[in-house]
Amino acid sequence: MTTATLEAAQQTKPAKQKVMLVEGNEAAALGVALARPDMVAVYPITPQSSLVEHVAKLIADGKMDADIVDAEGEHSVLSVLQGGALAGARTYTATCGPGLAFMFEPYFRTSGMRLPIVMSIVTRDGITPQSVWGGHQDAMTVREVGWVQVYCETVQEVLDTTIMAFKIAEHHDVMLPVNVCLDGNYLSYGTSRVELPNQEDVDAFMGVKDVNWHVALDPLRPMAVDPLTGGSGGKGPSTFVRYRKGQCRGMQNSLRVIEEVHAEWAQRFGRSFAPLVEEYRMDGADYAIMTLGSMTGAAKDAIDEARDAGKNVGLIKIKTFSPFPVEALLKSFAKIQALGVVDRSVGFRWNCGPMYQETMGVLYRLGRHIPSMSFIGGLAGADITVGHFHRVIEATEQLMSGPAPTEPVWLNEKD
Amino acid sequence: MRHTAYPMFNLKQADVPDDLSPVATEMSPMLPGDWRSMRPVVNRDKCVKCAVCWLYCPVQCVEEKPAWFDFNLKTCKGCGICANECPQRAITMVPEAA
Amino acid sequence: MESRRTGGDVMYEVRFHGRGGQGAVTAAAMLAAALLEEGKYAVSIPSFGFERRGAPVVSFLRCSDREIRQLTNIYTPDCLICVDPTLARSVDIFSGLKPGGTLVQATNKPLAEVALSPNVATVGLCDAIGIALDIFRKPITNTLMLGAFARTTGVVSLEALKRSLEDSDFRDAGLKQNLLALERGYHETTVHTIERRVAA
Repeated sequence: MTTATLEAAQQTKPAKQKVMLVEGNEAAALGVALARPDMVAVYPITPQSSLVEHVAKLIADGKMDADIVDAEGEHSVLSVLQGGALAGARTYTATCGPGLAFMFEPYFRTSGMRLPIVMSIVTRDGITPQSVWGGHQDAMTVREVGWVQVYCETVQEVLDTTIMAFKIAEHHDVMLPVNVCLDGNYLSYGTSRVELPNQEDVDAFMGVKDVNWHVALDPLRPMAVDPLTGGSGGKGPSTFVRYRKGQCRGMQNSLRVIEEVHAEWAQRFGRSFAPLVEEYRMDGADYAIMTLGSMTGAAKDAIDEARDAGKNVGLIKIKTFSPFPVEALLKSFAKIQALGVVDRSVGFRWNCGPMYQETMGVLYRLGRHIPSMSFIGGLAGADITVGHFHRVIEATEQLMSGPAPTEPVWLNEKD
Repeated sequence: MRHTAYPMFNLKQADVPDDLSPVATEMSPMLPGDWRSMRPVVNRDKCVKCAVCWLYCPVQCVEEKPAWFDFNLKTCKGCGICANECPQRAITMVPEAA
Repeated sequence: MESRRTGGDVMYEVRFHGRGGQGAVTAAAMLAAALLEEGKYAVSIPSFGFERRGAPVVSFLRCSDREIRQLTNIYTPDCLICVDPTLARSVDIFSGLKPGGTLVQATNKPLAEVALSPNVATVGLCDAIGIALDIFRKPITNTLMLGAFARTTGVVSLEALKRSLEDSDFRDAGLKQNLLALERGYHETTVHTIERRVAA
């Protein structure tokens, strides 16, 4: 199953789940509490700040039994968690923007050491021009570091995905750290109705914790963790290749594991989300637009209105961005004649959106050429409204009859 | 209390793939004492067991004997810090025997 | 779930205007909680920036019988709630208000002295600052204005607002004061209907 149409799960629902109104940051914190981490390390940064405040409050109120490390900076936050993970702890943190930049050194090392750390990125735009608002630039910048990255569309999805992330990360075929990305402001501070799963059901879902079966700082299992590897002599080159191939293998395995975990979640909790790629009204669509994250809500409304007006347009939304869901996208692209990709970040080297740049690679594998174009919108907290999406739909429709623009369309250039 | 070494982690036995986290489980046969060019020699009459050499040794190779301190030549790198620091000037660095 | 919006707007959009520290953002969340009590769907989003007291803030609330998907600012609100009496002088709070829209304004001035835009058809006025100083001894008007909103529009009931407050983190004196604020905001709001000449 590579794409999922969202039908209510017919399977038996568990015990009645509590209905609450929470902001995305609180939903993430509640998800973390349900996953029972052993250790969390925190440092606040807008727009993630209330997430770590909620986590700290849950621990202080005794609703979450975890050690909390109030580190002096994000570099220490992730370094402390690496030590914790090597000692067998289930670990969690959250950050964004400049905080993510500050923790880049341990961020790079975590995936190489195959530590199953879960980190929420409350996505924020690049810091300069000075911006505290949402965008995707921070998560996009680190897409090539070997972490699994998933993007959430709704507050409920944030809650559910945060729990699922631990199970995905700790799966023996994956053993990779996971970023759960939620849009700054829209999802982090936007309040919405959620259903909170019960602790017993989550415990049954998570199974037995097994974090450092493969590497440990443990006097009973002596080993040198991450010794000097590589170089041009002896076994260096082949050893280094072995580990990098292993990372790639884990990434590819995660595509399957993410699908399996989502399927189990749907069965246990009655809520299903498309694990890799979601298709919305793609049946009989001639062309499609592609989105990522919470912008999708307004996009779906625009698609409905366009369909009512007789346009044969559909929507493709990526949930799992890293690894890039190539096969799933090829299946969706097989249906259409033109594609418009909406990015919430900038790809400086290709002069287009980063998701568009990666999509071009998939289009290359399609076997036939379909015209496509890049839209960049919603930077630094700007809205991508239903109106903007109508412009996206119209411009994408034009691709089927006219020349494809070589420059991206900047949606908020005038408004 | 002497440390007893536990057996090194065996990936095959633990059923851990060899392409996950980079770990090393084979002890290198090399010892720091292998590349020494000068070696410390202590004058046992001058030694008062003040333990300054023990404190300063960067590889912790100084061992306590009944009436003097001596050096574990498996570990000693021959850096000469002990000779430099000894308040009694009881230690001399001599060339490593050919 | 493929929910479609068929013809006819089922969504009610409210825009809150205030200043940092007056609780305009919290008010939107509280209103969402109350609407949830009544079995409706509600999503609230703040428009935030560098948080400091006194800076103009806006927050948005959408209410519907169906799942709300779009997470964007509200450009054409059905109702405006302005929790600060002086804000309208420096911020165009009426931007995009739908014709026949509603304004719920915190003020102690009579209707004739309140700035309106042509699209305002219903006005609810409440001396929220005065009552807040009486109850809280601080000019925090948000719960009062929610009571005023319930009275002016009837989109949410006073009972639902009270229930959501009791389910929140407020306790003891804070809870009592806020419940009183809801009551007084509700009862001490005057609602006016504006007769408009039809444009030629």
